[in-house]
Amino acid sequence: MIWDALLLGLGYNATLVTLGAGILGIAGGVGGSFLFLRKRALVSDAVSHATLPGVGLAFVLMVALGGDGRNLIGLLAGGAVSAAIGLLCVNWLSTRTRLAEDAAIGAVLSVFFGFGIVILTYIQTMSSGRQAGLESFLLGSTAGMLQSDAMVLVLAAALTLALVLILRRPLTLVAFDPDFALATGRNVNRIDLAMMGIVLAVTVVGLKIVGLILIVALLIIPPVTARFWTERVDRVLLGAGIVGGLSGYLGAAISAAVPDVPTGPIIVLVSFALFMLSLLCAPGRGVVSSVVQHRQYQRRVHLRQGLLALAQGQPIYERLTQRLMERGGLMRGDGVATDKGRVHAAKALLDEARWQVVRSDQAYAAAALRYDGLTEMSSVLTVDQIRDIDARLPAPQGVTP
Amino acid sequence: MTITLARDKDAPTDAERRMASPLAIRGLTVSYGQKPAVFSVDMTVRAGHMTAIIGPNGAGKSTLLKAALGILKPLAGTVTVLGQPMAWQRERIAYVPQRASVDWDFPTRVIDVVLMGMYGQLGLLGRVRAKHRAQAMDCLERVGMTDFATRQIGQLSGGQQQRVFLARALAQGADLYLLDEPFAGVDAATEQAIINVLKGLRDAGKTVVAVHHDLSTVRDYFDDVFLINTQAVAEGPVATTFTQANLQTAYGGRLAGAQMDALAETLVGAGAGTGAAAR
Repeated sequence: MIWDALLLGLGYNATLVTLGAGILGIAGGVGGSFLFLRKRALVSDAVSHATLPGVGLAFVLMVALGGDGRNLIGLLAGGAVSAAIGLLCVNWLSTRTRLAEDAAIGAVLSVFFGFGIVILTYIQTMSSGRQAGLESFLLGSTAGMLQSDAMVLVLAAALTLALVLILRRPLTLVAFDPDFALATGRNVNRIDLAMMGIVLAVTVVGLKIVGLILIVALLIIPPVTARFWTERVDRVLLGAGIVGGLSGYLGAAISAAVPDVPTGPIIVLVSFALFMLSLLCAPGRGVVSSVVQHRQYQRRVHLRQGLLALAQGQPIYERLTQRLMERGGLMRGDGVATDKGRVHAAKALLDEARWQVVRSDQAYAAAALRYDGLTEMSSVLTVDQIRDIDARLPAPQGVTP
Repeated sequence: MTITLARDKDAPTDAERRMASPLAIRGLTVSYGQKPAVFSVDMTVRAGHMTAIIGPNGAGKSTLLKAALGILKPLAGTVTVLGQPMAWQRERIAYVPQRASVDWDFPTRVIDVVLMGMYGQLGLLGRVRAKHRAQAMDCLERVGMTDFATRQIGQLSGGQQQRVFLARALAQGADLYLLDEPFAGVDAATEQAIINVLKGLRDAGKTVVAVHHDLSTVRDYFDDVFLINTQAVAEGPVATTFTQANLQTAYGGRLAGAQMDALAETLVGAGAGTGAAAR
């Protein structure tokens, strides 16, 4: 069953939903990347919650005009308008008043959402019996997705990708160094608005599938996940597109295969699984890798300290140091240095003495910056330089056995 | 006060000086809320020279620079570059912000940061070609950072980060270089590398203006000095303007006597003054 779903074998509607969710995921991941890099991720939460009153009012308006209240294009247009107003409110509050952006987001989000719920409740009491389905905007629903809905998704996704591609340089500049962007004549406010416009477009088209409460996950989790794997903006975009697309596709397929499982939440859980995988396993920035690197570093420190103690005839108290020295064949169990240990200890002591010279001489200032108590001097300075330093060393001291 | 009077008399030549200046500021006031950080400042930078902007903490040094660049919106005043409004001449201006002003964990490499200096030249969609890369590497070479081109910027030391910022400014290919505390918190080797690059720019006919905080190096590094404490205190060549009297005015009581004595030998007109008295 699940394989049928993944291979798009569950019939026309399921296929449409699965592909649509995948495309929405790509658009969300790419569109949300700069929001994340600009450290304004939560603005998208305000934007998505601010769609609700617009959706409700659009329904009321369409019914009042004698039309079909559930016309998707009309509802989304209404949502887009009120989301844009909410966005402008956040911008205005955070730039023109003393409110910080987080406070502005909290205020706008809750007020717009509350207003939306009031309108939805009013709609339930309306005589028009065709209001059913508006609640699906809260948590998303894929039931009865039409081909025209899917086309809207594809168009919006294409538009988002094109906009991000065209604006990638100004967006990068503003996210990294807004002062420099201003100094080179960029209109930072307008670039920020363009970024929020992209986010708004993704939010509005994603409302129907994922719902306004969870759409923020599709904008934020993919770039955060991609960030674990790369140190380059273009690859964060690419990775976010892949993670988002995969989440949408897999999530929709799973919910199509398993009865009574909601699509939006499953999509979010799939993206969370990818996030956890990256958090743990990514090389460099992942948790496992960090722990391993820290342990390796700690061992190097202990070994070095142990060798220096050995060279100066001091006792070694720390168990970890003792264990590492014994395992390396540098010290016997009773704390006496082996021949190999004596050689290494003498080397470590000489290296340390050389560093003392380097750090006290202004001419070696650049090299002295590399001193961390661990780096061997031969990897920093040339043979000739080391010979010069050796000539200035104090008289050699014997290594205490 | 005497400076103002002299200017009024020589109005035509002053206007000419401003027309020819790569950075001329008139009546600039910038305020945060109701408190001016920079008040009615006039400044005329000499072309082909290195100018230090000095003054105590909170004197508006960085604010002056940011307002000159259009990063901050002034309440009043004009900024002209070679006689034209600054906004028309942006491609002739390069900027090195304070190092602490950006997030160094941003996912970008050293070479990418330098290429940001060439975004204006690249346009929105222009491809980064081999010649652009070569140009960026050349800028890194001038600050001694070629070995770090593909490193993530977060792995750099403070001094190395400052050099990357300078390389990005070099990539802008400008005539006027504005730097905000380029020597703050950097190692001695970096300070030397930066000052060599700046002097090289000056010798090639470019103009350099830097916010500077280390009074002991003003005389060695700069040609001109601009003293500010919210209002302009004095401006002119180091030889005639970097005087004890001007420093005392700019810093008020904030410059301790010991600091003054240490500076005495580099100061103009201190000679028989406090220096001898202290002994």
